[in-house]
Amino acid sequence: MNTIIHDSVHVVLAFSLPPLLLGVIAKTKALFAGRVGPPLLQPYYDLFKLFQKGSVYSTTTTWVFRAGAVVGFVSAGIAVLLIPLSGSAAPISFTGDLILFAYLLGLGRFFTASAALDTGSAFEGMGAAREVTFACLAEPAFFLGLLVLAKLSGSLQLSGMLGSSLATHWANAGDSLALVLLSWFIVLLAENSRIPFDDPNTHLELTMIHEVMVLDHGGPAFGMILYGAALKLFVFGALVVRLAVPMTVGSAWLDWPIFVAGLLVVAVVIGVVESTMARLRLTRVPVLLVAACLLSAFAIILLVR
Amino acid sequence: MDVPANHGSSPGADASSASRASLQTVLGVGCTLVMCGVALVPTVRILCAGTSESVRLTWDLFHGAFCIGIDPLSAFFLLPILGLSALAAIYGGNYLLAYRDKKSLGSTWFFFNLFVAGMISVVIARTAFLFLVAWEVMSLSAYFLVTFEHEKAEVRRAGWIYLVATHLGVAFIFAAFVLLGRRAGSLEFDVIQDMPATDSVTAGVVFVLATIGFGAKAGFVPFHVWLPEAHPAAPSHVSALMSGVMIKMGIYGLVRIVTFMGPPAPWWGLTLGALGLLTALVGISLALHQRDMKRVLAYSSIENMGLIGLALGIGLWGWANRLPTVAVLGMTAALLHVWNHGLMKCLMFFAAGSVLHGTGTADMEKQGGLMKRMPWTASALIVGAVAIASLPPLNGFVSKWLIYSSLLRCNSSSTGASGLAPLLTIGLLALIGGLAAIAFVRLTGVVLLGSPRSKAAELAHESSAWMLGPMAILAGLCVTAALIPRVVTGQMRHVLDQVLGTEASRSLLRLETSDTPLQIVGVINAWTIVAFVAATFLLIARSRKPTRKDAPTWGCGYVKPTVRMQYTGRSFAETISEHLLPRFLRPRIGGQLPRGLFPAESRFTAECPDPVSDRVYEPFFGRWAERFARLRVLQQGKIHVYLVYIAVVVVLALAWVSIRGLWGTA
Repeated sequence: MNTIIHDSVHVVLAFSLPPLLLGVIAKTKALFAGRVGPPLLQPYYDLFKLFQKGSVYSTTTTWVFRAGAVVGFVSAGIAVLLIPLSGSAAPISFTGDLILFAYLLGLGRFFTASAALDTGSAFEGMGAAREVTFACLAEPAFFLGLLVLAKLSGSLQLSGMLGSSLATHWANAGDSLALVLLSWFIVLLAENSRIPFDDPNTHLELTMIHEVMVLDHGGPAFGMILYGAALKLFVFGALVVRLAVPMTVGSAWLDWPIFVAGLLVVAVVIGVVESTMARLRLTRVPVLLVAACLLSAFAIILLVR
Repeated sequence: MDVPANHGSSPGADASSASRASLQTVLGVGCTLVMCGVALVPTVRILCAGTSESVRLTWDLFHGAFCIGIDPLSAFFLLPILGLSALAAIYGGNYLLAYRDKKSLGSTWFFFNLFVAGMISVVIARTAFLFLVAWEVMSLSAYFLVTFEHEKAEVRRAGWIYLVATHLGVAFIFAAFVLLGRRAGSLEFDVIQDMPATDSVTAGVVFVLATIGFGAKAGFVPFHVWLPEAHPAAPSHVSALMSGVMIKMGIYGLVRIVTFMGPPAPWWGLTLGALGLLTALVGISLALHQRDMKRVLAYSSIENMGLIGLALGIGLWGWANRLPTVAVLGMTAALLHVWNHGLMKCLMFFAAGSVLHGTGTADMEKQGGLMKRMPWTASALIVGAVAIASLPPLNGFVSKWLIYSSLLRCNSSSTGASGLAPLLTIGLLALIGGLAAIAFVRLTGVVLLGSPRSKAAELAHESSAWMLGPMAILAGLCVTAALIPRVVTGQMRHVLDQVLGTEASRSLLRLETSDTPLQIVGVINAWTIVAFVAATFLLIARSRKPTRKDAPTWGCGYVKPTVRMQYTGRSFAETISEHLLPRFLRPRIGGQLPRGLFPAESRFTAECPDPVSDRVYEPFFGRWAERFARLRVLQQGKIHVYLVYIAVVVVLALAWVSIRGLWGTA
């Protein structure tokens, strides 16, 4: 019974919170710029409105274009069920689920990039090329970070690796975990195309990676893409929160609010980063991603030395 | 490779040659189907029952009788040979009809059947002599199939490289068998197998020889150079069979030889694993910037053989260190990937052949927009691409998952600094996965999606049902294998029994019963597909007419966007292949960029020859060819000079014999 309640809280949180994170980031940026900014719940209104709208499809496109929206959303939606949010296990948890998690996100990327190429637009092709290239560098950084956790916890399940036992490891392997935390935060920014990798605010030449791929999507399909992107942000945010705040009080009534508060803090931090940094020159992006890989690799070396 | 674009009934072709071509096709395909059908019965029976059967004739063949047999290991490799050859024959029957006015189809079908028979004989041979003969039949008939379009210079060159590579490889295999046979006193596999454990030095030497010899067939770097030449040159159904099945014979040979020598030494696993990892990295890096579709697929085959080698290495390492879980996971991953890669690579070569058939060119930069013109072929290619990029919910993911799992287990069972190797390997495996995603988004995106980049792509036509049918079957198998991974790996129980011993297979059973992650992977794959379908319906329901409009792609404010503005295959991979790859693996960029205020002629060229053959083998062999050319002084073409040589040799031989005689008496 307890697990059923727990799983339903997990599902409800995972599918209702993501747009709020976008709202918090936007609000933080507005505060930094001295503006009032859009309401916190604006992303929900946007999504609702998009699902009411009609759609325009490019005549060049085929089913792959539609699949881009669907697969991006579904793969993120399944991935979110694989990660533990508070101390107890995720709804889907089995030995080796970390690999499924990483490859589900890869599947979403495959189809989002293919959908962009399906339009035959030069801009979207450019976005697709960059997305897959940067993801290819971000993936090892993420995986190596996971391995640090696997090595520490002796578990091969995300729920075990990011479970409450992680709190004890901060005491004896804090240096490794701090490196992984930094590396994962970089991965979070890269995978979700935030500053300094990309500026998600504009929809044209200034936005060169993720947003440029979805130029031709509209209406419900675009809503699905936005929602899928928010889910992905939630997924990576949750991983970072679990890593940074692994301790659990023991009572679910307190653990869940702690998690949500942590997530909102991550959103604020992203907002601060976006307000205080400029976008990197494109040729510098791989350097930062390789740095993230090296941080994770150092974390492993510190652990096995 | 160019295919005559219009393969319909040309008015000039006379009726008798057309009927002869169809007779040859029917006979050729029929023979293959009968052969595969007959052999399928014992294969399936033995794979399920785990027994073995053999036939022994009292016919003395060079240190051993004529002996053939099927045991679970043979049956395991026989199944893809039979299934995929039958599909390739059906596909090829229609594919080759495009050539009926230019070529005699009889000879190519003769060699096709010989090729299939050769591969079957390789896995059922039970004596080294027969094995080598079958190996040669397989390799030589493949040569004649590769050089089907021998009027083209590049096809002849490809055939030549293939022939040289395969024969250099066979020399090593020969040496390995001679070493084994000398100890056992017979070349029969049963005798070699029952022989008491080989001493570690001989066993090590045999392992190295076998790795080089069979690695040349399997396409391990640096012996892979023939693959990217031969695969694009061959007709597509032959490329599919070579890539899906023939290169796996290298894996079969390696596993077979390892079973002869008892428990391996730990360094075997490390060597094979390192070689596999190198192969996978180099293969996928080179696949990123190829222009020829079939070359992309050939390099991807190299990558996948590397992954199989890596998994096999992990299995051997676990076996040597008495870690049954690691051994079983590694071996299962390797074997499963043999099947999976056979399915998906055949699917992709069939689809690539269909594209070649429909557009007349394999150049990616001349394709585009084929999803609209040949939807079935294009969809099949996308299924293959998702599978081979090892993404869920298809079968490639299941074997990739097993490889990761075996590495993770490796790590948890090793301590200290030695645990670093599996961990960093996992990081590199993640990199390989990311690179594979780039390579296959690029392949499908540039070839199938967007707008056509040439007249040929614009006029492309869908292939016939004879070519689409095999693709549909393979795509269906790729999905099915992903949904029931435990049923599929369950078929490998007897093979693992045979290779690792019964102790290991018990641990497989334990793996299946205690926690069943494989089962869960299958279930999640199924649910993922269900979720896709549900979300698609949701999207379709929300975007029905009349609220739905069709309009051209937004040109971002450009008034006249053209198809040439699309991202090309080269630009798609530019960042990674021209800036991030090691210099050795980058494509060669040349040409004359526009200079000055009034630029005159400017050119741009990008070449991507195989770096190993271009920078290592060709200079090396070129230098030796020069040195040997000096020996031509001896070859005067005058009969009296040759008579002098003969006289000198005879005198020297006599002198040698008499000196030895004197020595003996003294």
